[in-house]
Amino acid sequence: METILSLKNLNKKFGKIHAVNNLSFDIKKGAIYGILGPNGSGKSTTLGIILNVVNKTSGEFSWFDGKISTHQALKKVGAIIERPNFYPYMTAIQNLQLVCKIKEIPTTKIEEKLKTVNLFERRNSKFRTFSLGMKQRLAIASALLNDPEILILDEPTNGLDPQGIHEIREIIKNIAANGTTILLASHLLDEVEKVCTHVVVIREGLKLYSGSVDEMTASHGLFELKVESDSSKLLEVLSQFEGISAIKEEENTIIATLSKPISASEINNYLFKNNVVLSHLVKRKPSLEQQFLTLTNNKS
Amino acid sequence: MLRLLNIELHKLKYNSASRILILIYFILLTSIALIAAIKFDIGPIQFHLAEQGIFNFPYIWHFNTFMASIFKFFLLLVIVSMMANEYSNKTLKQNLIDGLSKKEFVLSKFYTVIALAFVSTLFVFLVSIILGYSYSDFNEFSIVTTDLEYLFAFFIKLVAFFSFGLFMGILVKRSAFAVGGILIWFFGESILKGYLFWQFKDLDETSERVNSIMQFLPLESISNLIKEPFTRLSAVKTVAQQVGENLSKDFSVQPTDLLIVSVWTGLFIYFSYALLKKRDL
Repeated sequence: METILSLKNLNKKFGKIHAVNNLSFDIKKGAIYGILGPNGSGKSTTLGIILNVVNKTSGEFSWFDGKISTHQALKKVGAIIERPNFYPYMTAIQNLQLVCKIKEIPTTKIEEKLKTVNLFERRNSKFRTFSLGMKQRLAIASALLNDPEILILDEPTNGLDPQGIHEIREIIKNIAANGTTILLASHLLDEVEKVCTHVVVIREGLKLYSGSVDEMTASHGLFELKVESDSSKLLEVLSQFEGISAIKEEENTIIATLSKPISASEINNYLFKNNVVLSHLVKRKPSLEQQFLTLTNNKS
Repeated sequence: MLRLLNIELHKLKYNSASRILILIYFILLTSIALIAAIKFDIGPIQFHLAEQGIFNFPYIWHFNTFMASIFKFFLLLVIVSMMANEYSNKTLKQNLIDGLSKKEFVLSKFYTVIALAFVSTLFVFLVSIILGYSYSDFNEFSIVTTDLEYLFAFFIKLVAFFSFGLFMGILVKRSAFAVGGILIWFFGESILKGYLFWQFKDLDETSERVNSIMQFLPLESISNLIKEPFTRLSAVKTVAQQVGENLSKDFSVQPTDLLIVSVWTGLFIYFSYALLKKRDL
């Protein structure tokens, strides 16, 4: 598969803060990538570097196999970074015309893209009169003007109301359905889980995981267990059971993580034989959120 | 190059504040012609400024370019704000993300500076030609085309001054502070000049010594390009001679001044680019 973007040992230091630490990953054509990380983990800095607005400290990145310079490559990219930035005194159409001039593309698609994001009615209103949701939609229209090979979104739903979030997600899903490669940075896990096929998890600039979403959530699962009486007996018996890698207690519920496939009846049977009667037993697959928390907490 | 100019003009065209300032600037340039209307008629004393030779070729080139350059501050505001607004609106970031390189960004601003300076020069040329042919005592082609280097100096002067504005706009990132910064710079040069005069006060040829240092500073060198035209006027000279002053001064455009100013222009543009390149947005 064609590589659209490749990062090799990328580093960025702001004084003493190591914002991006030896980060490497590849973006292949056609997939939808999520960059996950808590606030301040270096997501936006990483995107800033590949988008030519932040200078890297060391390392390499190349667009489209390094065949063209970064600013030429960016003409084939659509990107939305944090807040939408446009000229407040220009109308939606005038702003998009300017983007066309910068990207060296004809202005013929402006109307079509404004319709895609439901802003056609407001095309002649000045940007400063727009609500945040409308600004964000104009930013998406602007990013789509060149029918980009890859769409980069940084926290696209940040600060929007539920309806705005829903609208933006619908637009993103439609774009993804057309086969456009997407790179989405977010700390909203369900957002990433819903739309992304691949995920890169970073914390404090370090890559913790990179791979497909399915692989990340794939594990042998976990058990939630409860007893009405003393839980120490349960803990003791559980710890002797082979195939349980970790046990922890969370508000009266005991969570046992598995290291090999074990069925619920198997464990119930074993506990009953050891004189433990359960009041609650559920087998679960971990959500992306739990996996994410596990990953980000492990190294702290 | 046309693409970059086109991008920048698109930004300027829809900005009403810039449009109004540019309009005021060109109206003021035209207002030089109003000097022709200055007339005193008090009994026996009849004085018509236009008849005093200020619109004579080739003196008019010197006089009009000097007067016109006073109005350059209006365009400076436009230029500083077109740079600083890119920071405050964060549109600079968006431009770069959209695929403009940092070099192209600075060049698009510089080309606009050149375009504005060129249009100003053309405008002053037209106003002077019309005024000159209306009031000048000499209309021979060879005299009309003498001293046209003042127009060239005017153009270089504007380009340098506006490049300084661009640089301050990038350096300070806020329009008001950038204009303030230019004022502070100007005061700094004035204070240095005063200090030098005080230092050299006991030596011979004080002002020559001071000027030999001051001519290398940006604002001083820019203002040196076109020297004040008033004492060159024959009417003034006559009066001066009557009171025993001998005004002999070289009013022509000096190649060294042109060179110094051009070097400063280059430095301002280069440092603007270097600053932008170094910064994270």
